[in-house]
Amino acid sequence: MRDPDGVGKASNDADGDVVVIYIKVKEERIVDISFQTFGCAAAIASSSMFSEMVKGKSIEDAVKVDKRMVADAFDEGMPSNKVECSIIAPDAFIAAVSDYRQKRIH
Amino acid sequence: MQRIYFDNSATTCLDPKVLEAMRPYFDQWYGNASSLHALGRESYNALDEARRKTAKAIGAQAREIIFTSGGTESDNLAIQGAAFANSSKGNHIITSTIEHHAVLNTCRFLEGQGFKVTYLAVDPHGKVDPESLKKAMTKSTILVSIMTANNEIGTIQDVRELGGIAHDAGALFHTDAVQSIGKVPLDVTRENIDLLAMSAHKFHGPKGVGALFVRKGTNLRPVVYGGGQERGLRSSTENVPGIVGLGKAIELSMAEMTESVEKMTSIRDRIIQGTLSSVDDCNLNGPLEGRLCNNANFRFDYIEGEALVLSLDLKGIAASTGSACSSRDSETSHVLKAIGVRNEHARGTLRVSLSRMNAMDEADEFLGVIPEVIARLRAISPMSMLKKPSSPGG
Repeated sequence: MRDPDGVGKASNDADGDVVVIYIKVKEERIVDISFQTFGCAAAIASSSMFSEMVKGKSIEDAVKVDKRMVADAFDEGMPSNKVECSIIAPDAFIAAVSDYRQKRIH
Repeated sequence: MQRIYFDNSATTCLDPKVLEAMRPYFDQWYGNASSLHALGRESYNALDEARRKTAKAIGAQAREIIFTSGGTESDNLAIQGAAFANSSKGNHIITSTIEHHAVLNTCRFLEGQGFKVTYLAVDPHGKVDPESLKKAMTKSTILVSIMTANNEIGTIQDVRELGGIAHDAGALFHTDAVQSIGKVPLDVTRENIDLLAMSAHKFHGPKGVGALFVRKGTNLRPVVYGGGQERGLRSSTENVPGIVGLGKAIELSMAEMTESVEKMTSIRDRIIQGTLSSVDDCNLNGPLEGRLCNNANFRFDYIEGEALVLSLDLKGIAASTGSACSSRDSETSHVLKAIGVRNEHARGTLRVSLSRMNAMDEADEFLGVIPEVIARLRAISPMSMLKKPSSPGG
């Protein structure tokens, strides 16, 4: 993404998974979001699912989307051992939102 | 979609000729090989023939072949069997750090039973140094177990020399040859082998059947007790169709071995050279020389093997990350760790494993898709940002 308003990164130290989330914000609303993920298929798929889920939402609503909601959004769910370790996009998103807020202050 | 099967170290397709040989033993000749009547004798004779074919393939005698349920059971019978039967002579076992879990976890179990196990380190190509085996041998060493060839990175060991070292010190030599049948010429006498494990489904036979070569005079304690089949070493009514399938499959593998090895080697080499030359930041795991004719194992920086395997699957190509057993959990492969591959690099691993059923145009098709698949995964990987500044597009 060119000139994102916020960038956030989260990693899972146990497996070495890394997710970076880029956001564009207009009037406290997520108008665009993209991600980069290094991790298993579940990590990539859940990053994609998370992005779909929060796009268009207000920041206030978007930060409420948690791991469980991402896992449940898949038709057939997600293996329980994957939920904790692979769904790190929400953490990266919160980091991106705080990055956006900090930039606004400065 | 034309599917390409490049996961033959996990399992192979059943040769139609093998299926044909097995078929009558399901519904026509269903007798128990221990029964005295004609149906039983037919089954007994079928076992006998399979035993002779299996023995012939490795230069053994028919009575030295014990049929089992597969490679894992054969390894267990060899290692547990030799350890418990020879514990009065000593309690020390030597193996390597890159063995299959069937060997490693059996050794770990034995450590809990009072045995001492030495796990020999390997060099960066996965090779066991015979000198390190010599140094590790003690008066109480009763068994050395080193695989003929590695299932992940394809390294072929010098079993003849390793077996000789074991014998010089009065120890038994076991080799897990599961990946080697039909690919590495083996003669148990020339190679100083006392125990050799194999599995039918790795060479176009059926799943659920394997064999263990037990050199005449070798002391083994059974793992399974019961009616005393297989010379008392593996009780249980014999899996006659499966064993017939193993016999037919090994016969076919041996008959076509020279041509098959040549063919697999040339396909493998095209895959290795083509991949290394068309993809940046890509390395071959394992050696260039002394490598299984059907194995290529790559590591691609900045991406994750599981995503790569699934992306190739969408293109109709079946391959795997490391070994099939561990590919469902994302733990770093113990083999890659043992050859010194760093954790983050070990994750972008792809194993391509061939069989005699593969064709050269499949290699070309693979080479046609691999650069774009890698490029796409790198584009969504944050690790690509770590690329050296000199690399274009980083």
